[in-house]
Amino acid sequence: MSTTMNDRQDQISATPGMHARSAEAIKEPRISIRGLDFYYGSNHALKNINLDFPECQVTGMIGPSGCGKSTLLRCLNRMYDLYPGQRATGEAMMDGVNIIDPSVDVNALRARIGMVFQKPTPFPMTIYENIAFGVKLHERLSKSQMDERVEWSLTRAALWVEVKDRLNSSAMGLSGGQQQRLCIARTIAVRPQVILLDEPTSALDPISTLKVEELIDELKHDFTIAIVTHNMQQAARCADQVAFFYLGEMVEVAPAAQMFTAPKQQRTQEYITGRFG
Amino acid sequence: MPDTPEHLVKSYEQEIKRLRGMLTEMGGMVENQVATSATAILARDAAAAGRVVEADPKVDALELDIQQFVIRLLALRQPMAADLREIVAALKITGDLERIGDYATNVAKRSLVLDQFTLPYSFAAIGQMARMVQENLKHVIDAIGEGDADKAVEVWRSDQSVDDLYNGIFRELVTYMMEDPRNITPCTHLLFIAKNLERIGDHATNIAETIYYAVKGEVLPQSRPKGDMSAYAMIRPRE
Repeated sequence: MSTTMNDRQDQISATPGMHARSAEAIKEPRISIRGLDFYYGSNHALKNINLDFPECQVTGMIGPSGCGKSTLLRCLNRMYDLYPGQRATGEAMMDGVNIIDPSVDVNALRARIGMVFQKPTPFPMTIYENIAFGVKLHERLSKSQMDERVEWSLTRAALWVEVKDRLNSSAMGLSGGQQQRLCIARTIAVRPQVILLDEPTSALDPISTLKVEELIDELKHDFTIAIVTHNMQQAARCADQVAFFYLGEMVEVAPAAQMFTAPKQQRTQEYITGRFG
Repeated sequence: MPDTPEHLVKSYEQEIKRLRGMLTEMGGMVENQVATSATAILARDAAAAGRVVEADPKVDALELDIQQFVIRLLALRQPMAADLREIVAALKITGDLERIGDYATNVAKRSLVLDQFTLPYSFAAIGQMARMVQENLKHVIDAIGEGDADKAVEVWRSDQSVDDLYNGIFRELVTYMMEDPRNITPCTHLLFIAKNLERIGDHATNIAETIYYAVKGEVLPQSRPKGDMSAYAMIRPRE
């Protein structure tokens, strides 16, 4: 299995012409996953995953519930460290370091790989403090530097205009869509290299969803993004490459245009056209 | 596609089936138009020509129905992968079928003019061309219904012999015109009839290419030679 997956990645980068996006598509991988397995106790949740996350591109991950796509995100910033009995084996290489390795400092890792969850999770503090909180853990900044960083993050997250006059009010008073963009601002405030988005818009209304998607498009110029989504159209709109997961295996990865017009694998075809089983 | 399981949303599955049904219905209608127009020239049957001209608006109306149905499916179902390819293919194929219907109608109209002339030679070559075109059309319409890419490729390949025959007819008709200027009117009509048949063959190959993409997700190579060489033909009268 592992060789076929590797081959497939190679083929995609070599595929000429027909799908415009594929030509420019696959850049240098920011994170390179090879032979990754993951276990929830005795449950083998990810089986020999091989996948590259190209630098400054959006990688979409789709698949039915329980297929392992969120588990893969959790591997990338070692969320599973918090739970005994959960373990990962294999390689997830970033800058020549295997980030799965227990010797890698988790706090430093999470500053480089930020994560945004399905439901907005603002801290019960002011908007300003929500952003400053994470930055203070990793950097010592003066008041004016911190002000600058807060403004920068909120601007990048397309939230600055809406909140600049109420930075000292509670973040809990923001709408769901604003709270989610605040969480994205909080994530980018520590200037990570990679952003993991776990169904970031599933709790949002359509307009807030579009704002977040627009934001993803904007952020990919500076960050490598991995997004798990149940919304196939969203994956089609946002992602440069899309990976399809099923029962803990990665079935197929391809440029988004190819994935949604002419997937190679029968299971992918059945899933994305809504003919599962 | 016949071998895939049913869609989880039954009404969507039914709509895709309905689209296929409309397309094969239109295919059958157009096939019949071409056959009847061939009868109109070869059997000098004015009544048949009349039926073709009369039926053409029905073909056009069905094209419009299919177009609107496709737009509706795209908007409401946001199809993906093979479904997307099939639905977009239907939109292209209905356009090709409509054009084929127009050519058949034009053949029928010209047959009415031809009836007023006595022709000193046989229609053998045009008859043969009409048969070949009808056969290709029949196969390609079967391929639509069955989602059969192999059959589509066969049609795509065999259009070359239609083109060869057309080039021969072109030369033959020009020769008749040079022999006797009174032949010019009927021969010009025959030339247009042959050209219409040749165009019908081209639209059949377009449909074959579309089917191939819908089924396989890949485009056929563009290398098929364009066979109408009459654009370069030069026939000089003998001194």
